[in-house]
Amino acid sequence: MSERSNQDWLSELADPAAPEALADLRMLLLRGLRAALSNKIDEDLETVTEDFAQDALLKILDNLDSFRGESRFTTWAQKIAINVAFSELRRRRWKDISLQSIIETPDGDEFTPALLTDPGNSPERTISQFDIMGIVEELVTDELTERQRTAMLAMLNSDIPLAEVARQLDTNPNALYKLMHDARQRLKVRLEERTGLSALEVMELFEEPVPENR
Amino acid sequence: MAGIQPQKLKELVRRVMTTRQSEMDCQGCYDQLDQFVELRLDGKEVSQAMPLVQNHLDRCGGCCEEYEALLEALQSLDGEAA
Repeated sequence: MSERSNQDWLSELADPAAPEALADLRMLLLRGLRAALSNKIDEDLETVTEDFAQDALLKILDNLDSFRGESRFTTWAQKIAINVAFSELRRRRWKDISLQSIIETPDGDEFTPALLTDPGNSPERTISQFDIMGIVEELVTDELTERQRTAMLAMLNSDIPLAEVARQLDTNPNALYKLMHDARQRLKVRLEERTGLSALEVMELFEEPVPENR
Repeated sequence: MAGIQPQKLKELVRRVMTTRQSEMDCQGCYDQLDQFVELRLDGKEVSQAMPLVQNHLDRCGGCCEEYEALLEALQSLDGEAA
């Protein structure tokens, strides 16, 4: 593979793109995608990565102007290819799963103190964790908007990515990130007020206890 | 609404209490991911050099997944280079 500088890539790919540069870039993207996706997809890796590489190429060509030269061109291009691939894989994986179905936990465990007891916890420690968790659960119900609660619980109960939740809520990822950040900040402030504890103190309470005998 | 499972509540407490006033969102992280990855591949102390990106990757599963995939993709190409 020829060693092109960033400038070489930009000039050779500028409209009309030179066929050799396109072919070389496609090959790079394909190899990268295959390595990254080899244990992530069941179907034919070859075909799937060909499609992703092609979509990525189009996106790269469309966005050459936005390359700021802060990294190697090939790194930047590979980033786009990975993003194209994962966005599509996520869309396929989650498109038929509603947020509501994720939120409704299958066995609807009751929140009881017994479930919180970890071996090795001292009684005071367990009760304090219990209190805090009860307060957090109340705050989620009382302090958040419906939208914030839905998104937060969906992402808590599954590994649905934020971008997918945004799509289902008809918003964009940045707006949803801000909504979630505001929600977390609100909960944090309220929790500090209700418990009289700082964030650090709360986190210390939840640290795993060191086992006596190893 | 159904109650939250205890293990999830613990996770929620962690997510809430590690919230920072100023956080980078997914777009910000994505924009700098290529820089971040290259520093990492060069063996630099990237979590100190680009702490906002690191912090976002620590809290965002989607972005972290892409970061790891990008790393894998680039490492495999490095391995292939003559």
